[in-house]
Amino acid sequence: MAAAAAAMLGATALGTGALAEEPIKVGELNSYTRMAAFTDPYKKGWELALEEINAAGGVRGRPLEVISRDDDGKPADAVRIAEELVSEDEVVLLWGTFLSNIGLAVADFAAQREVLFVAAEPLSDAVTMEKGNPYTFRLRPSTGMQARMLAEVAAKLPAKRWATVAPNYAYGQDAVAKFKTALTALRPDVEFVGEQWPGLFKIDAAATVRALDAVEPEAIYNVTFGGDLAKFVREGQLRGLFKGRDVVSLLTGEPEYLLPLGAEAPEGWIVTGYPVEDLGDDPNHKPFLEAYQAKWGELPQLGSIVGYVTLKAVAAAIEKAESLETEDLVAAMENLTFDSPVGPVTFRDIDNQATLGAWVGRTALKDGRGVMVDWSYADGADYMASPEEVAATRPAE
Amino acid sequence: MTLDLGFLLGQFLAALASASALFLVASGLSIIFGVTRIVNFAHGSFYMLGAYLGYTITEALPTGVLGFWGGTLVAALAVGVIGAAIEIVVLRRIYRSPELFQLVATFAIVLIIQDATLYVWGPVERLGPRAPGLDGAVQILGEYVPEYDLALIAIGPVVLGLIWLVFHRTRWGVLVRAATEDREMVGALGVNQSWLFTTVFFLGSALAGLGGALQVPRESVSLLMDLNIIAEVFVVVVIGGMGSVLGAYVAALLIALFNAFGILILPEISLAVPFIVMAVVLIARPWGLFGRPESGEHQQALSEEPLRPLGLARRAAILAGVAGLAGLAFLGGRYGVVLATDIVIVSLFAASLHFMMGLGGMASFGHAAYFGISAYAAAFLATYAGLSMLPAMLLAPVAAMLAAAFFGWFCVRSTGVYLAMLTLAAAQIVWSVVFQASEITGGDDGILGVWPDKWAKSREVYFLLTLAIGAMALVTLQRIAHAPFGYVLRAARDNRLRAEAVGVDTRNHQWAAFVVSGVFAGIAGVLFVFAKGSIFPDELAIPRSFDALLMVLLGGVQSVFGPLLGAASFTYVRDEISRLEYWRFIFGILIILVVILAPDGIAGGLQRLWRWIAARAGFRRVTPDKAEGA
Repeated sequence: MAAAAAAMLGATALGTGALAEEPIKVGELNSYTRMAAFTDPYKKGWELALEEINAAGGVRGRPLEVISRDDDGKPADAVRIAEELVSEDEVVLLWGTFLSNIGLAVADFAAQREVLFVAAEPLSDAVTMEKGNPYTFRLRPSTGMQARMLAEVAAKLPAKRWATVAPNYAYGQDAVAKFKTALTALRPDVEFVGEQWPGLFKIDAAATVRALDAVEPEAIYNVTFGGDLAKFVREGQLRGLFKGRDVVSLLTGEPEYLLPLGAEAPEGWIVTGYPVEDLGDDPNHKPFLEAYQAKWGELPQLGSIVGYVTLKAVAAAIEKAESLETEDLVAAMENLTFDSPVGPVTFRDIDNQATLGAWVGRTALKDGRGVMVDWSYADGADYMASPEEVAATRPAE
Repeated sequence: MTLDLGFLLGQFLAALASASALFLVASGLSIIFGVTRIVNFAHGSFYMLGAYLGYTITEALPTGVLGFWGGTLVAALAVGVIGAAIEIVVLRRIYRSPELFQLVATFAIVLIIQDATLYVWGPVERLGPRAPGLDGAVQILGEYVPEYDLALIAIGPVVLGLIWLVFHRTRWGVLVRAATEDREMVGALGVNQSWLFTTVFFLGSALAGLGGALQVPRESVSLLMDLNIIAEVFVVVVIGGMGSVLGAYVAALLIALFNAFGILILPEISLAVPFIVMAVVLIARPWGLFGRPESGEHQQALSEEPLRPLGLARRAAILAGVAGLAGLAFLGGRYGVVLATDIVIVSLFAASLHFMMGLGGMASFGHAAYFGISAYAAAFLATYAGLSMLPAMLLAPVAAMLAAAFFGWFCVRSTGVYLAMLTLAAAQIVWSVVFQASEITGGDDGILGVWPDKWAKSREVYFLLTLAIGAMALVTLQRIAHAPFGYVLRAARDNRLRAEAVGVDTRNHQWAAFVVSGVFAGIAGVLFVFAKGSIFPDELAIPRSFDALLMVLLGGVQSVFGPLLGAASFTYVRDEISRLEYWRFIFGILIILVVILAPDGIAGGLQRLWRWIAARAGFRRVTPDKAEGA
């Protein structure tokens, strides 16, 4: 029927060019005002990818169009906007999101409305595990994967008494649970003596720091980020919380969280992050770095990679799919392999998780700002959940 | 956790520092309310502006002690000027409007300042410098106490003393106190009220700005600051007694102490603590610790036309409206259906609030509680109990009813703004419990997967279901309004004394109205949760309550169609503009325009317009008792 319509249109004076130009629309949503530190480089990343894709002829011979919306950092708004993107803008798929609760809410929506959703950043394991669904794929390494990477390093520390601090929502809870499991497996002699759960962006830093100090841990595992992290670091340094203690901290090595701390950036924390300044010689990374700097006149941050790679993945799936129907797009996503600035990445079909990895290292101060040193790249493929775990945890399709 | 003396002292000092910070902001709000009677929700925005300006100015000035404290003062004065300007441009035009209408205007200002701040400073949080000279910590009994906290502990009482001096040693201060006592009398004695109000706004805003600027060394400056503080500031002002500066200090201290020690004893409900304290204080002392009863004779009673049963023409108009909505939904395509569903739901929500506000004379700042409780109840029934959609929909509003009966019993013992504050306290308590009981409610992650049964899965079928239930509920509300119960309720609203003199138990009638209103909000809540498939604590939070309040007030409290008009136009307009980058700014301006042009709401404005046209056209079908707006 579509072919018939196309033929009819083609027969008119407009010619066939008009139809070929009709863009393929994909719907993107993210917390542009609430999580600007991350989403600004993220947007710059995908805008670069979009430019490259369309300069190379678009997808399926048609230009790619991204309809991008701000979800205001609220899951309810995100679901409303996802509905708008699908029913009003008639996008072929959804992608994006940052916070795990938003990612989970959109994933649930995607399953209900039967539309493909490629989650860029939400890290909670639940997105692909406990609450996984066939329509939802995730790019970044999950909290479980990153926790396993960090636990490897943490297990080598002498510390036995650990305390944790994490924002009280899906991501924070998952990140703590997975770290505990991973570290205890490697070091059965450690004990967790205290935990703090400040509300997301509602941290009472003084109270949190004092409570952590009161349980006298030898090491601290931190999951707070953004504004919460800044407050936590400032109060912690002021009150001597980090003196003589090891700190293992999720995501803190990402420039978006490290740079705002300026000269107050903590030193010697074991973190996951992005040592962008050292990657200029990496052959995989170089073209991306140069293109990004040429377009934006600044160094990329981790969000830039996430935005760039997610849109490349989306484009690759659209290209590979037999049609733009959801079931074909989903089929194309399964086992999709595509090139990225860290080499080829694959979306595993058993849990829809990508093999993208993360950089693990230590923080240090250089020229009055925080950087990552002693880092190495941990390939996501080495840290994914085992097939047995996936089978046991992920709801049957 | 060891509870030694040092730890307790540390906790105590931290509480004192927080109390000072809270007091600075609250004192400004209290002064403004005392004189102008404006419930100023934009006060948190002044606080946020103070922080941003303080950050920028201290960054620009040379670093050092003088630069920091000088910059902080300049920021406070700048916020004062902005506050005064807003008073002159917007608020001055609406002093004659009903009290709550001004609240709508201040809420619009919140939106405008949000986007203006976003425009000027961008969305990225700013981490300001530490205070020069006060960037370390001293050890007291083995506890680290930040030097800056010690400075804050001193600043609170110093500012309190300065305000006391100004109020007791200057002529201006005497006038302010007199106006707090009885502003009509002060006006009658020939004092220039506009000037008094503007200067009071200047002082109040400057205090908020000072509070914000002083916060820069303690936390990163962000766009969340305004809404994060406003609820707690209101709690402090209400506990202290609206208009009392000393009360604000005592209340700030009380709240800070309860926060600091409550978190040790009951960490699970730490967010609810301030609101529980407020509720207890208001129940024991209905006007706060240092407040006085509002002098009754000056209260502006809303002079309203009596409600008349709907004529045939109007009934036909309603039917046409329903049919029109259904038609529009289907002509508007898939998204038209979604939008129309939303409109039906919020219309019912707004109408339920209107029932207690318009007919019962009880404004609620926390109506979202009943909407949300019912939605959560439905989500529990659907997910945990495995009920299918219709039984869950039927049962869930019972939860709203029980909650409304419980909270309403306390609320109806108060009146006016204090009653509204009690409803706010109730809603915030519910919100914090839901937010913190994450094992059951999912906390910030909400409850997902609450979708309709298969037969109602399509958007179209669910819309028709919503329309049917919504219309039935609205008709029922109408019937209640015109039943004897509704008449008694209105009598109690218009003149409690006379109503009681003829033997009406006004309090119980108001209580019943509170419950009815809660149930219908609950019906809207269940329709909502199945439409969205999920529920989050945000649906119980202040912005959701204010949406309803705005819809009712903008639509027109005095008309039964007001809330429906308000809900429909509010939802539609917001949907139309929300794709624009600075839509909040535009929305705020639109709200202020409505407030200034149609002080009786959209319904009242349209009515006046119609009468004007009718009079022009020469056909005099104007009602005999033409009680035009207030």
